[in-house]
Amino acid sequence: MTLIVSESPVLDPRTLAEALQLRAAHPEAMPLAGGTDVMVYLEAGVIDPPRWLNLWRLNALRGLSRSGDTLRIGALATHTDIGRNADAQTLAPALVEACRTVGAAQIQNRGTLGGNIVNASPAGDTLPVLLALDAVFELHSAARGERRVPAAAFWQAYRKMDLASDELLVAVHLPAPGAGDHTHYRKVGTRLAQAISKVVLGARVRLDAGVVTEARVAYGSVAATPVRCPKTEAALVGRRAGDLAAAADLVAQDIRPIDDVRSTAEYRRDVAARVLRGWLGTLTA
Amino acid sequence: MSQIPTLTPLSVVGQGLVRADGHAKVTGAALYVDDVRPEGCLHGATVRSTVAHARVTRIALHPEDAAAGVVLVTADDIPGENVVALMTDDQPALASTYVKHVAEAVALVAAPNREQALHAAARAIVEYETLPALFDAETARGNAIRIFGEDNLYAHITITHGDPASLFAAPPPGTRVIEGVYRCGHQEQLYIEPQGMIATPGMVDGRPSLTLFGSMQCPFYIHKALKRVLGHTDFNVVQAVTGGGFGGKEEYPSLVAIHAALLSLKTGRPVKLIYRRDEDLRATTKRHPMRGRYRSLVDEKTGRLLACDAELLFDGGAYNTLSPVVNSRGVIHAIGPYRCDNVRSEALMVATHTPPNGAFRGFGAPQAMWAAERHMDRIARTLGLDPIAVRRENLYRDGDVTPTGQTLKDVGVGIVLEAALERAEKPLPASQSQTRPGGGGAAARVAQGRGLALAWHGCGFTGNGEAALKGKAAVALEGRDVVVYVASTDIGQGVETIFPQIVAETLGIAVERVRNAPHDTALVPDSGPTVASRTTMVVGGVAEKAARQLRAALAAEVGFEGDFDAMLAARKSVASLRVQAEYTDDGSLVWDPKTYQGDAYPAFGWCCVIVDLEVDLDTGEVTHRRLVQATDVGRAINPVLCSGQLEGGALQALGYATSEELVLDAQHGMRNNRLTNYIVPTTLDAPEMETILVEIPFAGGPFGAKGIGEIPHDVPHAAVAQALEQATGAVLERLPMTPERIVAALAAGPTETQA
Repeated sequence: MTLIVSESPVLDPRTLAEALQLRAAHPEAMPLAGGTDVMVYLEAGVIDPPRWLNLWRLNALRGLSRSGDTLRIGALATHTDIGRNADAQTLAPALVEACRTVGAAQIQNRGTLGGNIVNASPAGDTLPVLLALDAVFELHSAARGERRVPAAAFWQAYRKMDLASDELLVAVHLPAPGAGDHTHYRKVGTRLAQAISKVVLGARVRLDAGVVTEARVAYGSVAATPVRCPKTEAALVGRRAGDLAAAADLVAQDIRPIDDVRSTAEYRRDVAARVLRGWLGTLTA
Repeated sequence: MSQIPTLTPLSVVGQGLVRADGHAKVTGAALYVDDVRPEGCLHGATVRSTVAHARVTRIALHPEDAAAGVVLVTADDIPGENVVALMTDDQPALASTYVKHVAEAVALVAAPNREQALHAAARAIVEYETLPALFDAETARGNAIRIFGEDNLYAHITITHGDPASLFAAPPPGTRVIEGVYRCGHQEQLYIEPQGMIATPGMVDGRPSLTLFGSMQCPFYIHKALKRVLGHTDFNVVQAVTGGGFGGKEEYPSLVAIHAALLSLKTGRPVKLIYRRDEDLRATTKRHPMRGRYRSLVDEKTGRLLACDAELLFDGGAYNTLSPVVNSRGVIHAIGPYRCDNVRSEALMVATHTPPNGAFRGFGAPQAMWAAERHMDRIARTLGLDPIAVRRENLYRDGDVTPTGQTLKDVGVGIVLEAALERAEKPLPASQSQTRPGGGGAAARVAQGRGLALAWHGCGFTGNGEAALKGKAAVALEGRDVVVYVASTDIGQGVETIFPQIVAETLGIAVERVRNAPHDTALVPDSGPTVASRTTMVVGGVAEKAARQLRAALAAEVGFEGDFDAMLAARKSVASLRVQAEYTDDGSLVWDPKTYQGDAYPAFGWCCVIVDLEVDLDTGEVTHRRLVQATDVGRAINPVLCSGQLEGGALQALGYATSEELVLDAQHGMRNNRLTNYIVPTTLDAPEMETILVEIPFAGGPFGAKGIGEIPHDVPHAAVAQALEQATGAVLERLPMTPERIVAALAAGPTETQA
């Protein structure tokens, strides 16, 4: 059979400190976690890195833990790890749902949340949920230690993110849902498994006495990056449950979909608004 | 419960035996072409055109590759004729002077490893003077820019039956004229492993020889094509384990084999040529797109067809391949399984500057019956009648005469219709579209629908094709075992299991003592190609005949006729005893290929499909929930494999219905040429399946068997369209019915639309 071959050397750190040093010393090295995106690029001839930085053995980056009001998810936690984690099921059911729609079982077993984030695909299934949940990314470098970036500031342009060449994504922090929070995840894919999204929605609305006090509406596959929808969100705040659906009319002003091999701009624009409208209509005081 | 005709299983035939090749496949022991690596093997790669129509002015290796010893093969290296011999000689093995479609093979390279070969092919220098290209079949027909012949038509057939012109000219009172246009796009066969072939030089009886080993349906197609290119026959062709063909491994492997052979000839080494999947998707044949224009005169109270006029326009692509056969089968099946005494059906196969379209399960019938079934629904809708009632009014009965003038007997269409309807009464499984992750939950607005469609499918070659071909099979006693020699290949449909079942039953011995020989042109006779729903019905029948002759030969040798093992015990010789039989025409079929009048097929299969689905009204996403099919198979030699064929074919048609679409670039090359973007159904997308085998035996087939390979792909897509209409009122008349088209049709409202 045909193997996907790279003859480039592999750097194989065992600790985070070692990994960060190697990352700084070899900025040309391609970080490798689950490999579910990288192997595809390699086979397609899109990349041919001179060196690999294998992160798979960094077990410290693998787990999920809850401390107080925050869920911390290690960057190497796989979609399966997250889907099966009791704290994630309680605190972030929309993320659990998203993880269960990634690829298929084999991809979920191997692909990591951190990989999904730094692959920075506009179609990443978990990314709109991270935006909707106000996720914060914990980045480390050997030279400058730790810094934190909110998801909303992380993806800057098509496949460009706020991540320096000597940094690694170490963890994702998710604040626990507040009282009155309602979340929603909707993936419109090309089929039921092994599907890249045409439109993917992550949304959160906080209701206080039937009135929206905070709103997050985020999409994938409708712009060059995963995006929040500021106009839609602003229109939702102050509205009363039962009268929210009209805010979805503003989605078209917040997104920039294109025609590509998977769908059309027109379909994406219409469907993005409709799936939001449908969900908003189910929210009652 | 009504009585569904079935046959009593025999001791071997009719038993759902485990497939002979199953264990090796599920354990990974089976060797596909890319699993084999002869010693000293070089790797080949193909230099492909980047434009649709051009004169080629220069072909050269990149200087670094030339310096590194990469070998280049062009048309100048061809010892014989530069042709892929098939129906006509229009397709060159290598496009040396003109390219007529994007991704056409211009030259070949060989290098010690695959990456080097692919790299050299990618950066080879090809210079073009580009020429204007015709991409649209309507425009290309008769255009001054010539692609094929005088008028850019590969084939043009008109069938006339009765006097439709007079009826349309003066419609009787109480009748209506109903017209519609129905379209289908390309479809990719998507076999498991991409095209691949290994050419290995050797010596046989002191003469240089060559062995071609690869993924294929038809070893003798390759043999015939290679003979013309090499100018001799000192070679043999051997089938590797092949993971599905669906027509995609019918004619295309001849080109791959020619290329591997040319590279081996120039280098003197074994050469392995394996396509990348993205290359395979861009370069290889697809199902023909079609536009069907239908006009019918019907009784306005009942929907009875009084006259029909159907025109099918197919896009053949840049070379002829097997397009005339697609045109032929399309036009014969154009009205569907319905009686109409006044028919004019016309089919045109047009040349365009697009990658050639070719063989694909159904051969024009799935396109023609998409149009026929959608038109039947249009008749029902226009007249305000129930679509099933209109079908019942029109479907064939014993003694009816088809548009080619064939009188039908043993018509099973009414039986399969009632059998499928009865089974569809079973309660549906619980809905999953609102409960699956990411499905929207309670927020999702969904509608349910059910659709039904009917098919007929001619088994075997059209008209006197089988009589002309004289397919052969041999059976040999080797020790206490029996070996079957056929060129019919196992492409997943079960030849390695079913042929031993037929022969073991005929001889009266255990099936474990019968096996197929390798499908090697040096060993097996020419049984004809593995196509056209003919392998079990026609070649299986020849194998049965050979087995009977083997019994007779053994009886003659031992002096008595009796139990096979008793005769074997009485045998003195230990030499192998081999007999060969061939298909013979009993003279009962009469066919005129000039007028397209007569007996089009020795037998017809009949099928009813019922699809239950759910559609998301916001997104147009379709969830196929259950597919019931009832099919007249004549006799199921192996009911498990038979059902598997039917279910796989139906699932392939569901992909054709709602997800499989080619997205084309400016040169009409496939843009979505990766498995992530060309959307075939996965297991999760597959509905629950209920498969009813109806057995109305065909006297001309072994133990009553008919061909069943293609019929399951004929109409599930039409049943889906009717189900969508029932669920939402939206009328879709173009394939595929993607969510994008469904949403557009829903927005247009419950009126007739041309999505």
